[in-house]
Amino acid sequence: MELSIIGKDRALEIQLKGELDHHGAKGLLTQMDLAIERYVPRILTMDFGGVTFMDSSGIAVVLRGWQRMRELGGEMRLTHVAPQPRKVFETAGVGRMMTINAGEETEYAAH
Amino acid sequence: MQRIENYVTMDFLSRSNNEGFMRVAAAGFAAQLDPTLDELGDIKTAVSEAVTNAIVHAYPDSIGRIQVKMKLLESNTLEIVVRDWGRGIANIEQARQPLFTTGGEERSGMGFTIMESFMDVLRIKSTPNKGTTVVMRKRISQRTKR
Repeated sequence: MELSIIGKDRALEIQLKGELDHHGAKGLLTQMDLAIERYVPRILTMDFGGVTFMDSSGIAVVLRGWQRMRELGGEMRLTHVAPQPRKVFETAGVGRMMTINAGEETEYAAH
Repeated sequence: MQRIENYVTMDFLSRSNNEGFMRVAAAGFAAQLDPTLDELGDIKTAVSEAVTNAIVHAYPDSIGRIQVKMKLLESNTLEIVVRDWGRGIANIEQARQPLFTTGGEERSGMGFTIMESFMDVLRIKSTPNKGTTVVMRKRISQRTKR
């Protein structure tokens, strides 16, 4: 699992690439925590455009990000979520907690 | 007892880099049933959860043996049996509850919930310190052959 971290104006974007399973998620929580501590974002966007597979390991990662953003009073969004990971998120009720988009956020496209 | 049309058995060590391999193997075996992309995604996800459970929970402090048996049954049904000889599950009902986990913050506690909702049948047999067997079945929709 490859990770790109882009922080700008208190907006943090984490781009994920590869297979997000128990093996691939190793170290991801720590890297995400460090990035949130460093940028103290108002908005955390996790870009799933490069995720080719995801199981419940991804739910743990996203819930951890959601928890951190709630502590900071910010919000969290998931973008470019393909049907397979979307179904995993929906099964866990993640869609009730944050915005899940199949495409790009329009407000982000303006940047 | 349903007739077995085809089967494959795989024996491997509980190393986490086998998770991806087992998903691909399951997808490859299931391909003979001509599944849709969604059905293939469901099968890969369920196998990933069952194999990860065995790796994380059956052998928390050691490397042990895991066996995955995939069967093609009558009426376009796929059966996947994931077996380990590890620690076992003390309370299966509790383990099946959404969000319940003994795996710490890296686990979501949604593994059995996903297996249950992505497959048609989920059966769990477990004996503490003897091991766990997870049986999953999914009927693949019959599509018109091109």
